Amino acid sequence: MTTRPATLTRKDFASDQDVRWCPGCGNNAILAQVQKTLPELGIPRENIVMISGIGCSSRFPYYMDTYGIHTIHGRAPTVAMGLKCARPELQVWVVTGDGDALAIGGNHFSHALRRNVDINMLLFNNRIYGLTKGQYSPTTPPGIRTLSSPDGSIENPVNPIGVAIGSEASFIARTVDVFQKHMAAVLRRAAEHRGASLVEIAQNCIIFNDGAWAHLTDPDSRLENVLYLEHGKPMRFGRQGEKGIRLNGLVPEVVEVAAAGEENLLVHDEQAAEPTLAYLLSRMGPPDYPTPVGVFRAIDKPVYSRLLMEQVQGAQARAEPDLDALYRQGETWDVT
Amino acid sequence: MIRCDSRHISQQWFYTTGPVPVTGRARVIESLQQATILFCGDSGDGMQLTGNQLTATSAVYGNDVSTLPDYPSEIRAPAGSLAGVSAFQLHFASHEIHTPGDHPDVLVAMNPASLKVYLPRLQPGGVLIVDRDAFATRGLARAGYDSNPLDDPAIASRYRLHAVPLLTLTQQALEGLDLKRSAKARCKNFFALGLVYWLYDRPLQQSLDWIGQKFARSPDVAEANRLALQAGFHYGETSEAFDVQWQVAPAPASPGTWRTINGNEAVALGLLTAARLADKPLVYSSYPITPASEVLHHLARWKHLDARTIQAEDEIAAMGATIGAAYGGAFAATGTSGPGLCLKSEAINLAIMLELPLVILNVQRGGPSTGLPTKTEQGDLLQAMYGRNGESPLPVLAPAGPADCFYVAIEAFRIAVRHMTPVLVLGEGLLANSSEPWRIPALRELEPIDVRHPDDPVGFQPYSREAGTLARPWVVPGTPGMEHRLGGLEKQPGTGAVSYAPEDHAQMCALRRDKVARVADFIPDLEVTGPAEAPLLVLSWGGTRGAALTAIECLQQQGRDVAHAHLRYLNPFPRNLGDVLKRYGTVMIPELNHGQLAMLIRATYLVEVVSFSRVGGRPFSIAEIGARAGELLA
Repeated sequence: MTTRPATLTRKDFASDQDVRWCPGCGNNAILAQVQKTLPELGIPRENIVMISGIGCSSRFPYYMDTYGIHTIHGRAPTVAMGLKCARPELQVWVVTGDGDALAIGGNHFSHALRRNVDINMLLFNNRIYGLTKGQYSPTTPPGIRTLSSPDGSIENPVNPIGVAIGSEASFIARTVDVFQKHMAAVLRRAAEHRGASLVEIAQNCIIFNDGAWAHLTDPDSRLENVLYLEHGKPMRFGRQGEKGIRLNGLVPEVVEVAAAGEENLLVHDEQAAEPTLAYLLSRMGPPDYPTPVGVFRAIDKPVYSRLLMEQVQGAQARAEPDLDALYRQGETWDVT
Repeated sequence: MIRCDSRHISQQWFYTTGPVPVTGRARVIESLQQATILFCGDSGDGMQLTGNQLTATSAVYGNDVSTLPDYPSEIRAPAGSLAGVSAFQLHFASHEIHTPGDHPDVLVAMNPASLKVYLPRLQPGGVLIVDRDAFATRGLARAGYDSNPLDDPAIASRYRLHAVPLLTLTQQALEGLDLKRSAKARCKNFFALGLVYWLYDRPLQQSLDWIGQKFARSPDVAEANRLALQAGFHYGETSEAFDVQWQVAPAPASPGTWRTINGNEAVALGLLTAARLADKPLVYSSYPITPASEVLHHLARWKHLDARTIQAEDEIAAMGATIGAAYGGAFAATGTSGPGLCLKSEAINLAIMLELPLVILNVQRGGPSTGLPTKTEQGDLLQAMYGRNGESPLPVLAPAGPADCFYVAIEAFRIAVRHMTPVLVLGEGLLANSSEPWRIPALRELEPIDVRHPDDPVGFQPYSREAGTLARPWVVPGTPGMEHRLGGLEKQPGTGAVSYAPEDHAQMCALRRDKVARVADFIPDLEVTGPAEAPLLVLSWGGTRGAALTAIECLQQQGRDVAHAHLRYLNPFPRNLGDVLKRYGTVMIPELNHGQLAMLIRATYLVEVVSFSRVGGRPFSIAEIGARAGELLA
């Protein structure tokens, strides 16, 4: 046994592998934040497992000095579920992308959230297929020209947060690759949540879809375009927080706070029993609205792996674990 | 001693010792060595239950038994239709048997549709019992009969027909009971069962007890079924129509406690036992699919033995969860049937690449595509061997009978853990649903499964190799200082670091191949039943063993120079297989596909093989294998 330092640092989570993402790729910033955040969680490194699918994002586990599996396209949530049922005490992260989670793995994405398996899912959304060199993805806006849509994509994009809400997810959040402090706070919240956590990370692919999130990251317009969600707080944004969101019937509207009055603004409630507000927020974005980031929804729900173990322990409390007795179930006869 | 009647080589294979009059009884009682009964009727007629009762009674009585349930995939096909016919065949004997029997000696048909479907299977001269009440205009029309077959002189002359008004007699027997007419009508299967019990001189007690337990909450229904059963038995005794009773004596069996078991329950018990032998939890993840779902149902009830079951959202998820559980150090298994195996292929290859120990059960059914969900076939052998991208070998085992599923499941885990590989078990619908007696083992008789999870980080490499097996170490998350990453990308030998270098890929492919090949060092040699050299060897695998073995034993008793061998290990083959094959002039391989094992054997050993194959959704009969072997010997 090697002796381990009492407190871990970012370096403890960096593997010996050279990071091979493109220079300037948003993934580098996410990796740095994850490596910085994990030591602060107080979980032994050997109890952390990173599981990924296929795509640029899914190279992630190779760069983390934790346990990990780089699995196959779209299936990371299934492997994570099995692992969690075998070893409920482990902290399991799933790293996935918009193609991995929402196209080929859409089924598992939805079911992992529905079951509320206790995993933390990081969805790197760059709205493009990067590793296969630039085809449109399920989150690519219509009209975008790519290798596979030379005349512009004719597909309707999917909204990851909307899918998560439809899947009854218990924790849903969004952050942006370059929002370092914000990401750290969101990651921490996701890690601490019991049950499935989904964090959509708006991530820039510098090669095939550069600037897809520029409206959120451009220093000049960022404050105009980003709505930071805070539980229990009125929804304000703008350079001086001069704008706000008010509800007009079922339709949100952007108002001047001074004119509308802060008391009339929509107040964020991430713990609302019904996901109505979260859904309404998930629909907001350009050109008419700012894009919300932060925690959309965080509710307590029974956790799959926990329920499974409760059933196992309950059964063990009721019946002797006697395999020989099980063999003898039903009609038997003796031959002497 | 079994006597195979040589006159019946090509048509009938029955054994008889002739009538033995018993004094003090009015009727003749004949002693037989074996009997085959087929109950058939509408899906709602309770034929599976009836068959299971006769099976339990015969097994407890001491006969060797073998069953073949045959039911439609429709849950409730229209009543009285051909599609809705459900049947149960039972073969019981005073000696060891290996098949559910070829052609029934007694056919009980509860309605016209079932008569139409199953009459062609009845032995010429066999006993035909039908419910005359069901042969009215409507029932006949639904079965597509223009006229009543019971009036057909050809049927009366070809079989010993007993057109019994089962429904009327049942209603009469239950006259005093305060039950609805329809509830009374549902007891007619027990009347028929009672009649068969009388025919074969079986005790009623086992079924009476069962009825009492089953209907404990509805004493009226229990009483009705008890009365119907007894009335059927008395009907046999008092009716002038039946002039003979048969007795089939108990079969010699090794000492111990016995029960009947079907393949699905046996495999579920085997998987759970394997986990216990390693002191591990069992994680079984599966998506419902006929005929494998029952394994999930059993294990889901056994949580007190730390069976953790996951009903996954699809076949791929079930495989993925199995990989995750294996990575975590559990005994992990998944079960499916053909179409599901197709879906799992990519994830199985991931398991091969990760070199994780787990078990995949494929209960084969008729294919391709959705195919014949409830019918048996052996069409997935080549898929199991080669149905994945790249060079992706894994060990393949096939149980030889229902009870053998228990031992094959344990053996599969033993191999998986010792060699760090996924192992594929090729079951069959036939074995999954068929029952036979099983001598119950004691857990302590079974050899523990040795599992090691290295925890010394010094010099640790995730893809280092154990000298004998070439297995890599099974290091599980939670082990300090041994954090490592696995993945589906090709690796550098030893370190497991991602590598696309040509020499690394070549070496890793060779290692994965050699690792599976070395399983052969740990498995028993192939055993031959019969002469060590002969003009003909019949080589079977999976569920064809019973029919092949019985057919060849009969030929051997007739002095024919022929041997039989059976493969439980399909990849790798037993070490001595090539030598064995070369000692015989011709190798005949019966299999329920278009010659898949035959192709493997030819390609591997360059021996001439006569493939005897067919796909009909039904198992081989003893007769057809015997007949084909006879032709080859002629």
